[in-house]
Amino acid sequence: MSVTSNISADKQLTIKIKGRFDFSTHQDFRKAYEHVTHAKSFVVDLKETNYLDSSALGMLLLLRDHAGGDRADVRLENCSADVVKILAISNFAKLFHIG
Amino acid sequence: MAGSAPPERLKILIADDNASDRMLLSAIISRQGHEVLSACDGAEAVALFERGRPQLILMDALMPVMDGFEAARQIKVLAGEALVPIIFLTSMTEGEGLARCLDAGGDDFIAKPYNQVVLAAKINAMNRLRLLQETVLQQRDLIARHHKYLLNEQRVAKAVFDQIAHSGCLSAPNIRYLQSPYALFNGDLLLAAWAPSGNMHVLLGDFTGHGLPAAVGAMPLAEVFYGMTAKGYGLPETLREMNAKLKRILPVDMFCCAALICVNFQQQQVEVWNGGLPDGYLLHADGRPHTPLVSAHLPLGVLSASSFDDNTQVYPFAAGDRVFLLSDGVVDSTDEGGEMFGARRLQNVFVSNRKPDLLMEEVQWALARFRGQVRDDVSMVEVGFTEPESLGPPSVIYTDSGDSSPLDWSASFEFRASTLKRFNPLPYLLQLLQEVHGLRQQSSEIYVVLAELYSNALEHGVLGLDSALKQDAEGFAHYYRLRGERLDSLEDGFIRINFQVIPMGQGGRLIVEVHDSGNGFDAEHVLALPPAVHQLSGRGLSLVRQLSERCQWSMDGRTASVEFAWEGLAYSRDS
Repeated sequence: MSVTSNISADKQLTIKIKGRFDFSTHQDFRKAYEHVTHAKSFVVDLKETNYLDSSALGMLLLLRDHAGGDRADVRLENCSADVVKILAISNFAKLFHIG
Repeated sequence: MAGSAPPERLKILIADDNASDRMLLSAIISRQGHEVLSACDGAEAVALFERGRPQLILMDALMPVMDGFEAARQIKVLAGEALVPIIFLTSMTEGEGLARCLDAGGDDFIAKPYNQVVLAAKINAMNRLRLLQETVLQQRDLIARHHKYLLNEQRVAKAVFDQIAHSGCLSAPNIRYLQSPYALFNGDLLLAAWAPSGNMHVLLGDFTGHGLPAAVGAMPLAEVFYGMTAKGYGLPETLREMNAKLKRILPVDMFCCAALICVNFQQQQVEVWNGGLPDGYLLHADGRPHTPLVSAHLPLGVLSASSFDDNTQVYPFAAGDRVFLLSDGVVDSTDEGGEMFGARRLQNVFVSNRKPDLLMEEVQWALARFRGQVRDDVSMVEVGFTEPESLGPPSVIYTDSGDSSPLDWSASFEFRASTLKRFNPLPYLLQLLQEVHGLRQQSSEIYVVLAELYSNALEHGVLGLDSALKQDAEGFAHYYRLRGERLDSLEDGFIRINFQVIPMGQGGRLIVEVHDSGNGFDAEHVLALPPAVHQLSGRGLSLVRQLSERCQWSMDGRTASVEFAWEGLAYSRDS
């Protein structure tokens, strides 16, 4: 499990999660965006994420809240079929742009 | 000596039958700052160990009375879990003899004559091991204490929770369920309750996370569920309230995946809302393929009240039909290779099931075959259909005296379009009527009749829906889809409800009139139809006729009027 992040010139913060996205990722995931105050949009890159549990869904909600709640621009990118399924059961497509 | 830290002062036992060797070693050890106990044979060494509890032992192997090997064995037994390092003093050089020292429980050995630097280093190294063992034991005990404490806390919390949850009707004959006794601390929650109408509400919930954080949300959820169900609120109102409450009290990253169903035994239908739980299933008695009850909503506690979606699905539900709900512990169970049990395997169990009573066991067996053991966060519930007569809510007990019961009054209400969209006036109206003591014994009947007349007025009157649509399962779904759409876009229309309570002798009468803005219907024609038994609609009117004292419709079908009567209270108590 590892979390990396970078911010682009147009102020897009991209957070990449490798391996399992679950409670053990909590601290690292939070750190990745907590001190970034000037990001305009957020991308969570799940290309290398092979598992996602309900606490990960909670963390995504925290990020969304940080990014402005209902006005937030948060995209979940490169989701595998399994990840899409988990997001679909919880109907997270109503809160995030999923690709 | 090796190492820079000042050596800890230890109590060291020296056992050697050779007096000069013993004195020489004592002198060396004392000079290194340790306290010395000395014994001249194995038996004395064991006795001294018991009395003086030295922390480390230097033991000659060959001694009279009891040799070092036996003494080492006995001391290790006496020391129990604590590590008391034993270093054998030996002039032996052959491997077999040295190995015997370690086999007897020795931790190390040192050859005579002694090299002081090596001796000090060995004592230090052994002491480190001793301290490590001590730390491990302390931490083990600490963990054990905390664990015991935690279990006790959970036991108390569960007892408190059970007080709140136990008033439910999970023991009803049409409900079967499987849940770990500590499911609460896995975040799983299963609740069931009777509504005043004789409907049954069942909730299966799964909070994010585990342990106490997962359990704290369960109490407010259960309170809202039981409170609102008992007052006669339907699923949409109850869902809105549960969502709003969880949204208010839970941190952003916590929520509750839940499925809520309402079984209407009179109308033979089931209403379903699923937000975030895996597909539930509606299993049909007639062998049709099961209908998945798919999650169409975000979990409870995520959305603000204004964007929460309380739309439900309604399905026909009759004898032999069952609703099966499950938590993600079932489909997410993984085998050793990390493969999930999955929805397909679950559906195979449904398909191959021959004895409906054994379905839940068969799911468990399939899980056990799949992974050897069942996870402790597996929750399943199956709700079946039973004829309304064999069930029924327990009678409500009232505590007030009845002296202030209102006996001669009338009241009129008009609910207009924007109110009809979101507000359910029935619990409020029922509460008002229950102020009349004489009506309390019939409150369930009154509720059912009111609910029937209200939904007739709303669906057939204001919304203009034709119940003939509900002729098959497809039409049934179409009907409820239309109902949702028309309600959402409703701009005008009204329902008027008029109550009249008149005292008569020791008892009295209640007259209820329900009038709507719709086009009405040919009352004479509809009422002349034989009562529906096997159809998916048309049970409402006959129900109203059965339960009320007298009922009639105006010729244009826009006004229904029903009557309930009660005798003197003393009389009705005896009856």
